[in-house]
Amino acid sequence: MIRSEVLKSIIPVISDHLTICNIGLPSQEMHMLDDQPSNFYMLGTMGLSSSIGLGLALAQKEKVISIDGDGSVLTNFGTLPTIANNVADNYILFVVDNGSYGSTGDQPTYAGQKTSLAAVASACGCENVVECQAEDAANALSTALDSNKMTIIICKCESGNITVPVILMDPVVIRDRFMKVVQARNS
Amino acid sequence: MSVNDKIVADFVKNKVEFITTVPCKQLAGVIEKIENCKDIHHVPSNKEDEGMGLCAGAFMGGKRSAIIMQNTAIGVTINTLATLIQFYRMPLPMLISYRGELGEPVACQVEMAVHTKALLAQLNIPTYHFHHQNDVDEFDGILNHAFMSSKPVAILTDASFWKGQSS
Repeated sequence: MIRSEVLKSIIPVISDHLTICNIGLPSQEMHMLDDQPSNFYMLGTMGLSSSIGLGLALAQKEKVISIDGDGSVLTNFGTLPTIANNVADNYILFVVDNGSYGSTGDQPTYAGQKTSLAAVASACGCENVVECQAEDAANALSTALDSNKMTIIICKCESGNITVPVILMDPVVIRDRFMKVVQARNS
Repeated sequence: MSVNDKIVADFVKNKVEFITTVPCKQLAGVIEKIENCKDIHHVPSNKEDEGMGLCAGAFMGGKRSAIIMQNTAIGVTINTLATLIQFYRMPLPMLISYRGELGEPVACQVEMAVHTKALLAQLNIPTYHFHHQNDVDEFDGILNHAFMSSKPVAILTDASFWKGQSS
């Protein structure tokens, strides 16, 4: 399975939850497959999906899922100790680990070579780290949501991309409709 | 009231409930007071762009947020300021230690000091420079301005300003 197939498989589980969608193709694929006001699409700032999601989880009570990528976690490695040391049990970091920088032409990442993101997350102090295969992604997310424990899921899958349109929605509209959902669910 | 107490009190007065920090020697006192303030959730971050991501998330979660960092971080965060904070139109007060000004003992700090205001001006970020201790009197109004305008705002605090503090 490639990332777009993984995302398609987890949509029934995450569709209704607050979801931070990583920059580039992950956002574009989520937008094409299941556009929701509860999706926050990152149009810039590679690496910050996990940070935005953690800040959101710490600030309010609804569950938050950050969809991240192996390349993006590598670019913001400092996020893992921050997550480990600021536990938010309403937070799930879901890393699509396809071993490549998918949005820029599938150049290989170190996570697809010697570096294990699951081992790094554990070494940083994250307590619930799950590595799963692409076929088990939806189950792993369901289990994590039911556990009410902060969980890091490293989902191994194949590299490869489908053709998707860019997101033309205005960023302030993306942010505003997302914040209205957050506010309504916390009121 | 000490400068540090005034800064923390103004954050609380302006309902800033979430602050992330990357330390600087000049900011040690205010960071300690924020850590001990019951009205503020303090999350130390490892890098300033990470901190801005945390602030963006907290803001969307309904909490006013702010970042405390050194001016060298402007070099680290230009992309985040442009494509996250400004592009999505979010408020972000940035309390910044302005290293490399008069009294600076470390020559290398001057290298970023000479770029700091030019970079902030290039980004069209409202910028205030605290040099005398009583410049802190404007802090309340600056915070209000950041949230009124939904913009990142820079408050540069130099060594002369911090030397004038009583605790």
